[in-house]
Amino acid sequence: MGWIRRLEWLDLLGILTGLSLMAGLYFALVYAPTERLQGPVQRIFYFHVPSAWVSYLAFFVVFVASILYLWRRSAFWDRLGRASAEVGLVFTTLTIVTGSIWARPIWGTWWTWDARLTTTLILWFIYLAYLAVRSYIADPNRAARFAAILGIIGFVDVPIIHMSVVWWRTLHPEPVVVRAEGPALEPPMLVALLVGLAAMTLLYVYLLVHRVMVEETRDDLQLIRQRLAE
Amino acid sequence: MSGFDRLAALVAKDLLVELRSREVAYSTLVFALLVLLIFNFAFELRVENLQALAPGVLWVTFIFAAVLALSRLFAAERDRGALEGLLLCPVDRGTIYLAKLISALVLMLAVEAVAVPVFIALFGLNLPLGPLGLVAFLGSLGFASVGTLFSALAAHTRTREGLLPLLLFPISVPVIIATVKATGGVVAGEPWGVTLPWLQLLAGFDVLFAGLSYLVFELAVEE
Amino acid sequence: MKAAIRVDGLEKHYGLTAALRGIGFELGPGQVCVLLGPNGSGKTTLLKILATLVRPDRGVVEVGGYDVRRQGRLVRNIIGVVGHQTYLYEELTVAENLRFYGRMYRVPELERRIREVAGLLGLEDRLETRVRALSRGFQQRAALARALLHDPPILLLDEPTTGLDADGRRRFGEILADLRTRGGTVLFSSHAFELERDWADRALVLSAGRLVFDGPAAGLDAGVLAGLLAGRGADRVRV
Repeated sequence: MGWIRRLEWLDLLGILTGLSLMAGLYFALVYAPTERLQGPVQRIFYFHVPSAWVSYLAFFVVFVASILYLWRRSAFWDRLGRASAEVGLVFTTLTIVTGSIWARPIWGTWWTWDARLTTTLILWFIYLAYLAVRSYIADPNRAARFAAILGIIGFVDVPIIHMSVVWWRTLHPEPVVVRAEGPALEPPMLVALLVGLAAMTLLYVYLLVHRVMVEETRDDLQLIRQRLAE
Repeated sequence: MSGFDRLAALVAKDLLVELRSREVAYSTLVFALLVLLIFNFAFELRVENLQALAPGVLWVTFIFAAVLALSRLFAAERDRGALEGLLLCPVDRGTIYLAKLISALVLMLAVEAVAVPVFIALFGLNLPLGPLGLVAFLGSLGFASVGTLFSALAAHTRTREGLLPLLLFPISVPVIIATVKATGGVVAGEPWGVTLPWLQLLAGFDVLFAGLSYLVFELAVEE
Repeated sequence: MKAAIRVDGLEKHYGLTAALRGIGFELGPGQVCVLLGPNGSGKTTLLKILATLVRPDRGVVEVGGYDVRRQGRLVRNIIGVVGHQTYLYEELTVAENLRFYGRMYRVPELERRIREVAGLLGLEDRLETRVRALSRGFQQRAALARALLHDPPILLLDEPTTGLDADGRRRFGEILADLRTRGGTVLFSSHAFELERDWADRALVLSAGRLVFDGPAAGLDAGVLAGLLAGRGADRVRV
């Protein structure tokens, strides 16, 4: 694939992402009806849920990339894993922050140990651990291998973490009546949510592709430097 | 299993090295006792709240002590390249993992076995030793299962002790939750039906992650 | 006669650096071969690949007829390795170290064999001494004892005489000669070429990851060696 064609494809993706983000904003802030109980603050839901979805999607990609790297040992899967982890960390942070912003006016507290939020917080730490393994280990091949190990173990663990947190929560009654995902969704709300979902996913893909390309370019540069030195 | 004699040789060697230097056992034990002491000042543990706080106090102590012990697990191998010496032996890498797992577990259980009576003596709360022992075993095994693998990973970093807790804590959250809950149930004298699901979770975690670590260990030590 | 060590088209890269390129040679039974080359020429990498510690990127690598990639365990059973480090546990005595490795290799009649190997290397009086209390020279002897314990037919030794005194070197030479007469194969790297050339029948010289000489050790003197190492990417000289 020539770089010219790839550039065009990326531009297209960028435009599409930009448009979908704008659409998402419109649907979330204007189109969707104001929720009766919570008021306008509830609109954060349209950012919070898609972010959460992408956080977990990104980690799934890390999982797949980890397996494929260990199987195929090609640099591409390693780059993909790292890129997805970095972008995933950002989206996880976004999920936690929007969750927190939402919680404050509704429940009067910045944080609630709701099962999903708690699991997302732990996911945030697992992402951090994954990236820490890469930073702390000098040899790049070893770092890639170890990160892949953590990617696999982390992903397998996430459902178990969630289950244990849910069990733990059932012994601590919920402090408020309102459920974390908000009330049942009327059709316009569902539409807004889906638009938000699509927009966030596109944003994730766009950032992911760019990040992988940066790593590729960095490796190519190193190769050129190496050849020049010989 | 044909590799059992080698497994025994590995574990015997680890225990012998530890017996000789006594370095890890002593420092881990003293550390655990210090943490208990700090808890006493931090929480003013009185008889009323003791039963509720005891599981947390015990397990924070055990967890920190475990991290200390696990971070030194491959220390003897780092000296003089003994890990390479092990890899040269005609032994399955998974067997090396199992041997280290057993060594870690023995060390952790030994420290816990001393810390619990000290806890009872210091705080005057009577603990049911049998059921507590079972919970401690399953919980320690959970930490040790992933902790042994992560210790091997962290051995390759310059700040050796830094990476291990970063990896271990989030991954072992199910173990932390389950052991504290189960310990609470046991201490409060709850019926087994309450504690059992937590023990099942622990047992499941142990089997799953010991198995996964066993399979993956080769990647952590080779090359 | 089947080759004890067979290498063909071996390549190894670390990241983007090439450590070994296009290495090919054969060693038969009863051959003692010295491996020469400056630091960074790939000697240690080659020895580690033969010892199954490092995976080759490309090429055929067979030790004792077994493929190092797919039959690693079988290879490890028949090789004795000395590396840059001694592989010994400092807190244990020499005897305890040997006992441990003896059990790992399933050496028969272990106690007798330990005494035998200690005798070969002059360690009889040091068996009950902790390794950390030994001098560097005796630690190296203990490392050699470890490598010889399971009586392997193939030895892969990375600068095995480091730290040895005259008595240690003499014993080492005797061990090589004995192994040769019994049909064993030895590949050892050396930094003290002048002293150690006489131990070897053959010599391999590496330079910047390439094999630049493969022939009788006698055909190599200091002058030829310097010449070989001076030229970068010199053509292989087969004598």
